[in-house]
Amino acid sequence: MTAPGESAAGGTALSVRGLVKRFGAHEVLSGIDLDVPAGRVTCLIGPSGSGKSTLLRCMAFLEEAGAGTILVGGEPLGFAETPQGRRRLPPARIRAVRASIGMVFQQFNLWPHMTALGNVTEALRVVRRMGRAEAEAKGLAQLRKVGLEDRAGHYPAQLSGGQQQRVAIARSLALEPRIMLFDEPTSSLDPELTGEVLDVMRGLAADGMTMVVVSHEIGFAASVGEQVAFLDGGRILLHGSPRDVFGKPRHPRLERFLDTYLDRGAAMLA
Amino acid sequence: MSLTLLALLVRAAGLTVAISGVSIALGLALGLFVSVASLSRRRLVSVPARVYVSFFRGVPLLVQLLLIYNLLPAAGIDVPGVVAAVVGLTLCTSAYQAENLRGGFLSVPRGLLEAADMAGLGAVQQFRRIRVPIAVALTLPTLVSEAIMILKASSLVSVVGVVELTRMAQDLASSTYRPLPMFATAGALYLAIDWTVAGLGHALERRARWGRA
Ligand SMILES: Nc1ncnc2c1ncn2[C@@H]1O[C@H](COP(=O)(O)OP(=O)(O)OP(=O)(O)O)[C@@H](O)[C@H]1O
Ligand SMILES: [Mg+2]
Repeated sequence: MTAPGESAAGGTALSVRGLVKRFGAHEVLSGIDLDVPAGRVTCLIGPSGSGKSTLLRCMAFLEEAGAGTILVGGEPLGFAETPQGRRRLPPARIRAVRASIGMVFQQFNLWPHMTALGNVTEALRVVRRMGRAEAEAKGLAQLRKVGLEDRAGHYPAQLSGGQQQRVAIARSLALEPRIMLFDEPTSSLDPELTGEVLDVMRGLAADGMTMVVVSHEIGFAASVGEQVAFLDGGRILLHGSPRDVFGKPRHPRLERFLDTYLDRGAAMLA
Repeated sequence: MSLTLLALLVRAAGLTVAISGVSIALGLALGLFVSVASLSRRRLVSVPARVYVSFFRGVPLLVQLLLIYNLLPAAGIDVPGVVAAVVGLTLCTSAYQAENLRGGFLSVPRGLLEAADMAGLGAVQQFRRIRVPIAVALTLPTLVSEAIMILKASSLVSVVGVVELTRMAQDLASSTYRPLPMFATAGALYLAIDWTVAGLGHALERRARWGRA
């Protein structure tokens, strides 16, 4: 999965500098700086409305920030700073940089009119112009990785939420991204289905995938995340290893947040 | 009723099916085009599309047909009645289909297109592979009832001299002095066509259920 020279050992896969995002008059991100280390898991936590999804969506260029830069493997995403100021890059450049990023959504966003295999092979066929046989072989291999090879012919509506999310992960992985972004991948799942998705994510992390995960699963953040960033009101308030961030004494804002989102994971940390 | 008379009615029904079928197909293509234009962010594109829709939905089909039939020769274009009929029905149904499809396009969940963005699909690929199939599936029931509306409305094209099913029944009724069997047979033929179309529509809807119960 990991590209050579980008192995778990090092480097920054993605870096965010001075990111500001406004929706109308409402400033949602107020100057975010964050480095995402290659081959590691970065977890974003924080109260509802703190800007976690917006930050992640900016990293995927699904939202366009008003100021600041995002570098993906050293390449500017969306906008570049030039002597003449901040310039929007041409669509082809944006597509090329974005090709190294995969995104997994809270609502899965599988295409309902395509089977599991169809979802996984769609971009291989249509964007990468791969032949049917090759794309299907590759798609089935991806589905096998998430334990769903036997569901290849099922439509999303015929799959459980956990299975749909695993298909969505396989769909992203099929395009061999260098970075995977997850926005609350288990939040719309029944509690008994979150485990299978988290297991797939743990496997990916163990394979050395660079991941940024927005999650309320504090337990996952603490056990898999090498880096935790706590957002509050559009700023990164705390940032460091899980031990640094969650260890006592805790920042009062974090304490209050953990009280609100107290789940198995937080209980485990107590 | 004699077999000869029945054969005449069946043949006229064939013309009804042909005119309606061609109009529905052309109207769907044109409607798709107009619906996309009406959703454009550029007002220069969207405003004409909306005017088009409100004109052809607002003016009675009968008036449209008479306009086309009289306008085209006045402009030096000599058209057979069948062509005027197809043009009139196509323009009319395209406006309704455009409005339906517009709703369908607006109902495609944004997230599906964001997933397509992330997968690298360009605007045209997203349109062909995701937006159109989902918008059409969402509006299929309405598209089928529109097709049946057009089948029935095609009886109006007799005003431009096309002898389709209704007109044939009228002609035969006056020449045989037996209106009842003629119109009863015509009604039965319309019903048979409607049921066939509705059946095809249901088959399509079943196919577009994509695993939903
Ligand atoms: N498209 C939008 N238009 C206007 N405001 C928005 C938009 N998207 C997000 N916001 C606002 O930006 C703020 C941050 O939203 P965001 O979704 O990033 O928060 P979050 O940390 O992901 O919260 P949650 O935990 O509830 O998912 C919120 O106040 C939200 O209302
Ligand atoms: Mg969110």
